[in-house]
Amino acid sequence: MNILLAGFGGQGVLFAGKVMAYSGLLEEKYVSWLPSYGPEMRGGTANCSVCISDQPIGSPLVLNPDVLIAMNLPSYDKFIDAVVPGGIAVIDSSLINKKCTRTDIQCFYVPATELADEKGLHGLANNIIVGKVLKETGFAKTETVEAAMAKCVPAKKQHLLEPNINAVKLGMSL
Amino acid sequence: MASSQKVLMKGNEALAEAAIQAGCRHFFGYPITPQTEVAAYMAKRMPKIGGTYLQAESEVAAINMVYGASSAGVRAMTSSSSPGISLKTEGISYLAGADLPCLIINVQRGGPGLGGIQPSQADYWQATRAPGHGDLHILVFAPATIQEMVDLVFDAFELADTYRMPAMILADGMLGQMMEPVIFPEKQVTPIDKSGWATTGTQCQRPHHVTNSLFLQPDQLEQKVVERFERYAQIQEKHTRCEEYLTEDAEYVVVAYGATARIARSAVNAAREQGIKAGLIRPITLWPYPSAAISAAVDRGAKGFLSVEMSMGQMVDDVRLAVNGRAQVAFFGRTGGIIPTPAEVLEHIQKLAGGER
Amino acid sequence: MAVVYQRPHSLIDIPTHYCPGCTHGIIHKLVAQAMDDLGVEGKAVGVAPVGCSVMAYDYFNCDMLEAAHGRAPAVATGLKRALPDNLIFTYQGDGDLAAIGTAETVHAATRGENITVIFVNNAIYGMTGGQMAPTTLPGQVTQTTPYGRDIHTAGFPIRVCEMLSTLSGVAYAERVAVDTIPNIRKAQAAIKKAFTCQLEKKGFSIVEILSTCPTNWGLSPKEALQWLRDNMMPYYPLGVYTDRTEKGVRPE
Repeated sequence: MNILLAGFGGQGVLFAGKVMAYSGLLEEKYVSWLPSYGPEMRGGTANCSVCISDQPIGSPLVLNPDVLIAMNLPSYDKFIDAVVPGGIAVIDSSLINKKCTRTDIQCFYVPATELADEKGLHGLANNIIVGKVLKETGFAKTETVEAAMAKCVPAKKQHLLEPNINAVKLGMSL
Repeated sequence: MASSQKVLMKGNEALAEAAIQAGCRHFFGYPITPQTEVAAYMAKRMPKIGGTYLQAESEVAAINMVYGASSAGVRAMTSSSSPGISLKTEGISYLAGADLPCLIINVQRGGPGLGGIQPSQADYWQATRAPGHGDLHILVFAPATIQEMVDLVFDAFELADTYRMPAMILADGMLGQMMEPVIFPEKQVTPIDKSGWATTGTQCQRPHHVTNSLFLQPDQLEQKVVERFERYAQIQEKHTRCEEYLTEDAEYVVVAYGATARIARSAVNAAREQGIKAGLIRPITLWPYPSAAISAAVDRGAKGFLSVEMSMGQMVDDVRLAVNGRAQVAFFGRTGGIIPTPAEVLEHIQKLAGGER
Repeated sequence: MAVVYQRPHSLIDIPTHYCPGCTHGIIHKLVAQAMDDLGVEGKAVGVAPVGCSVMAYDYFNCDMLEAAHGRAPAVATGLKRALPDNLIFTYQGDGDLAAIGTAETVHAATRGENITVIFVNNAIYGMTGGQMAPTTLPGQVTQTTPYGRDIHTAGFPIRVCEMLSTLSGVAYAERVAVDTIPNIRKAQAAIKKAFTCQLEKKGFSIVEILSTCPTNWGLSPKEALQWLRDNMMPYYPLGVYTDRTEKGVRPE
């Protein structure tokens, strides 16, 4: 499965990608995670490619994703047409007010940023969307994603583990 | 492979951790994208294990600090990306001329000049032809996965120490920035005895050691260089490495290294699905170059070779030398930081195959 | 019969390649004598420069390295980090230290790198045949300043001790000369003090030594010594520029 996650810097798309990749690792899959990198550290666009596969991964750069996570309008505009036919797109509808006209892909509109604020999960819109992707694709077992989250949340920030997992669960309930 | 030992790690950080595990306690660096995580990782870890992390005033200073530390007999390294490697070439030449081992990492980016910061393989000529002035070679390793990066760091230090010469890991921005699962080998590093030449102080017990690359008498200098090339010949014989994939019956062989080899492998698979007998030769050492493997593929009946690179065509020179006019040699590359796609490579395999039919 | 004077053990007993009247020989002897006096020959490692003293590694009995032009302080830094308890010194000329190697010099100093720099300033590039150095005096004629150093086009000479004395990492900086017996004695004391400073881990130390180049100055050795006194000393005053040897550059 080739996943492309895209948004603004600071929205946690790189982190969300890492959680997905780690989940694949814990299930003994071949995985890769490749970030875009550039001079803009904050506020600019950020995206990352994640591959989870039963076969060794060739190019880790995802140009045509099976799953697109779009967390801002520029990313949506840039990548929505690149999704492979039959693929899915999960779109943060709090920040993207467009509806996709493609009929060969499935789109899910999740007001993740608003939901995160409402539910006291500020800044965790990324993981709400991971939860939604998990529900729609089953890229890993739920408990694996929780274990992966524990690996990805830094030791010094373990108090944030529970809210992160709650965000995933919230996404799965949508 | 138990998944508990496996960690998801960025290439740059994996390089740094591998170096530490290989016994390196002296790192001298300077920040440059896209390799900065190597330095950052070292800055974090070295103080905790009694090692040295030193941010030098320049790339030039960093490589000369490596020269000093290596002369003292310790495993020393530096890391940079293309423009910084150009600055280090002076020091690399002196290290080679003084028979000092060390590890240099080049996480390549686009050039020339400041170029860009996206992945590139445009320093192939520099690494394999002229890593410094004078008659010299350095060991050049080209990993294609994060796991291989780790494994090659151990090998690079060991061969550098054994043959007393600099070794380079030639990576690129993609390998440096990407994460993959990696397992660190639980290797016991056996230190190589350097007491016969290291400048650690005579203790007034032996004649003084001199680390030097200056030989003003031409016959002396020639002798030094010839001896060094005799060692190079041994290395070519014993330590040339490549991976072959589906080459046994291949009519069309893609030659690619590092990140590009991953893409080429996907394209080779796709070509096979279309009935084209394609294969892949992936050089793991760029110096010494696996010319024999390429030549053997010609002997087995390969009709065409395609060198795929993130450059305007540098390694293709070595493919041509190995093929020596006995088969067609084609080239496909992207440059400036653009990563070729499997579809583009497939197209060029088809073109090569089609031209023969 | 009592021996009252002999070659220091740290100096190898072979003829040097230096020109007649050159003061490098005296300075080599002073460095070697300091190692003997402090009993550190066995743990000393020296770094030779590119310049007239490029082959200094042939003359000292301690372990030696030859560095690329200007890079001796970086090389010494690498050595020192690997061998913190050894005595590490560089021996550099003015072109090496104050032109091509300025960055390495300044940064080794500001890091408070615990090394000693022996800086031989003779206001000219000797080995390449007498070209302008960063320390060539205004008006001084060299091969590349045939009409005298013109401050309008070639700028001003660098005063190294004064410049480095502004840096917090410098524990000891002194300028001496080797033109007379009393000055040679002072130079000897300065080198010993700098080495001691390093052995006590006080920080970066440098001894700048005003030296002559009779060959390229076009003077007899005796005239050269007088030229040094008349021209160099006024521009480069002798004396101690920094002395933090008591508490060191990083007091607790």
